Amino acid sequence: MNKQQRNSEYLMYVENQSPKSAWFTSLLRAFIMGGTICCFGQMIGDVIKSFFPTMDILTVGAWVNISVITLTILLTAFGVFDLLAKYGGAGTFIPISGFANSIASCAIEYKKEGLVFGVGAKMFYVAGPVLVNGVAYSMIVGIIYFIISLF
Amino acid sequence: MEAILMYLKVFAVGGLICAIAELIMIKTKITPARILVLFLMIGAVLGGFNLWTYVIQWAGAGATLPIIGFGSSLAKGAIEGATSNGFFGALGGGLAATSAGIAVSIGLSYLICFFTNSHTKKN
Repeated sequence: MNKQQRNSEYLMYVENQSPKSAWFTSLLRAFIMGGTICCFGQMIGDVIKSFFPTMDILTVGAWVNISVITLTILLTAFGVFDLLAKYGGAGTFIPISGFANSIASCAIEYKKEGLVFGVGAKMFYVAGPVLVNGVAYSMIVGIIYFIISLF
Repeated sequence: MEAILMYLKVFAVGGLICAIAELIMIKTKITPARILVLFLMIGAVLGGFNLWTYVIQWAGAGATLPIIGFGSSLAKGAIEGATSNGFFGALGGGLAATSAGIAVSIGLSYLICFFTNSHTKKN
């Protein structure tokens, strides 16, 4: 039996053994979880707006982001967020809560390896690519806009 | 009545974005981190052309909370920096607009890891 044939047979075996996830159910769960998190954020925004009616929409948005991030990190610390993530799939990591959770859970996970190369470095295992790409894109957009505005 | 309609819009838009991500993840087996970066890129493009603002006005937190909103506020911050502070604003405006969220995520995670231990080892 040559190597290629063996590899392809093994891949077929893995395909057969891995559980067939009911994809419609997980789509529905992601929809419900994502919608719930966003509604929760909207609720925080409405409460803040009722206390400070003169606040502009961007500042309210920043406060909503900070509240959701803080709550996510606390839930991650208590181990509750893992259960939500297991249920919601993409519904939990596409909102900003996923970004916060990835930093917090990596920080807790790699605490054993020390504060500098454990927490400090591996905290950004998932969030690092997001930050690096985000900063790079925003610089590109800014420079393009700056050049256009010169003419 | 208007408030209920607003919440329905928030739920629909936020849920739909997450469902699209889930669908991409199931059908193509792309890892979550790559999907985050992909959606961030979409958000930066939409924010750069100032299109996501209309969705934010229509659906509120349903558009700002997903990572697309993060990307669009990075791009919009860079544009605002370029108009008010010139070249240095263009370089740093994106980070300035999102700095509070990033700082809270990093700072609070760092603090909280002193008080908690890994939960995954227990089961």
